[in-house]
Amino acid sequence: MLEVEHLAVSYHDVSAVEDVSFAIASGQMVAVIGPNGAGKSTIFKAILGLVPASSGHVRYRSRSLHRQLRTVAYVPQRSQVDWDFPVTVWGAVMMARTRHRNWLGWIKKSGCHCESIVKAALKRVGMWDLRDRQIGELSGGQQQRVFLARAIAQEAELLFFDEPFVGVDKKTEAVIFDVFAELKSQSKILLVITHDLGSNLDNYDRLLLMNKELIADGDRDAVITNQNIKRAYGDSVILMQKELI
Amino acid sequence: MLNWLIEPLGFEFMRNAIAIGVLIGILSAVVGSYLIVQHMGLLGDVVAHAVLPGLAIAFYIGMDIFLGAFIAGTISTFVVAWVQTHSKIKVDTAMALVFSGFLALGVMLITTLKSKLDLHSFLFGDILGVTTADLWRTLIIAIAVLSCVIIFYRELIFYCFDPLASKAMGLPIHCIHFGLMAGITLTIIASMQSVGVVLVVSLLTGPAATAYLLVRELHLMMGLGAVIGVIASVSGMYVSYYQNVPSGSAIVLIISGFFLLALLFSPSQGILTKRAVTRRAKTLLTKINFKD
Repeated sequence: MLEVEHLAVSYHDVSAVEDVSFAIASGQMVAVIGPNGAGKSTIFKAILGLVPASSGHVRYRSRSLHRQLRTVAYVPQRSQVDWDFPVTVWGAVMMARTRHRNWLGWIKKSGCHCESIVKAALKRVGMWDLRDRQIGELSGGQQQRVFLARAIAQEAELLFFDEPFVGVDKKTEAVIFDVFAELKSQSKILLVITHDLGSNLDNYDRLLLMNKELIADGDRDAVITNQNIKRAYGDSVILMQKELI
Repeated sequence: MLNWLIEPLGFEFMRNAIAIGVLIGILSAVVGSYLIVQHMGLLGDVVAHAVLPGLAIAFYIGMDIFLGAFIAGTISTFVVAWVQTHSKIKVDTAMALVFSGFLALGVMLITTLKSKLDLHSFLFGDILGVTTADLWRTLIIAIAVLSCVIIFYRELIFYCFDPLASKAMGLPIHCIHFGLMAGITLTIIASMQSVGVVLVVSLLTGPAATAYLLVRELHLMMGLGAVIGVIASVSGMYVSYYQNVPSGSAIVLIISGFFLLALLFSPSQGILTKRAVTRRAKTLLTKINFKD
């Protein structure tokens, strides 16, 4: 169980996230939705301690999450990293094993089965044949699959994805949802920031709709209501929302 | 030719200078690779100039001047990071301000403390002044920094590629950052004597950037960069010896030459070769179309 209690973040006295609380049980896949500037990325970063929270607690299995970050995999937005970085697909996914290797790894190579885990992750997302490519030579969808493989290879219990579907093709989208379903079946907790308010929302167990504060929390029918969408996005989105229902 | 190569080795200062050239060629390419992949190439320039107040104060109070340089250089990297995180000033501006501020402070201190530091050799390097003690210092720095790079290679590459994800995973990124900054400062101190602070940034970025255009993995970039760095610094020493020009300028011009060659002719990235490849591909496509 991941528990977020009264989490708040402010940048230079401007409030970005206000008093957000929720709890997610193992094996749940949750979408975080809301307009631009709603604090979706910020709340991820605050949960993981990447930005300081002005108040609140985050607990996983009743202990502070910040003391057990080994259990966490975070996949930032694709634009956050430099894809001209001199690393191959294999090397980028191998980064997932950074904390699993100890100093003895240099003497005794077999330690963490890193190679076989990375190989399995690359095969799972269909990138094994491209393992020797420099990451800048990949398409946007392929780059996202490298990130996905890295998250798989980390063998984390909590996975945070920040907009994994931006600029990816249908094939990659299908691969991502397929892997998500598998991770869910392994009792992992998945949190996904998405802008897609269409039929893909059916893939999630639960939605968190936010705009600085948490506006609605529940399944699709409970969250995607006229009133909630209006509170989160303002009046202009009402028409689009009517089409959805 | 052989005689031309051997003759300078008769002098102890040249043997020391060439040995230092090999060491800093390797060291600066390895450390410089980290600067390049983090888009922080100019940080080398900041640190190189920021060591001056440290040198001046250490000289005045009778402390080891290189310790003074290390402290001042490391502080400057933290000032850059501090300005950047606590204001909306971006890193390029922060670097420009810290660099000029520290340099001005250094010059001011040297004048007011009436220090006998030789500013000219500090700025442009002086192989004649290379002593056996310098060589030992450089050797120790090189062994220490390269060992850390080998031991923490995985942590460093993850941090440089994706700092947020590495922090989320629980890597001690503040320690990693401090280690990198200390490594950069030590490398600059080791290179200062032979290339001088004005040109040390070239040794840090040039060989690594040349290799960046030629290979696709960080460790290969470091390896090839080290080879280029060694060739450039040793040949620069020879040019300096025979032509009686400052060693720093000679080394930097050779590095610039290597970079220009890679920029124009790199098989995958070269400006000229890329065009040739595109042209060949076009011709091939036209032929195929004709056959159809």
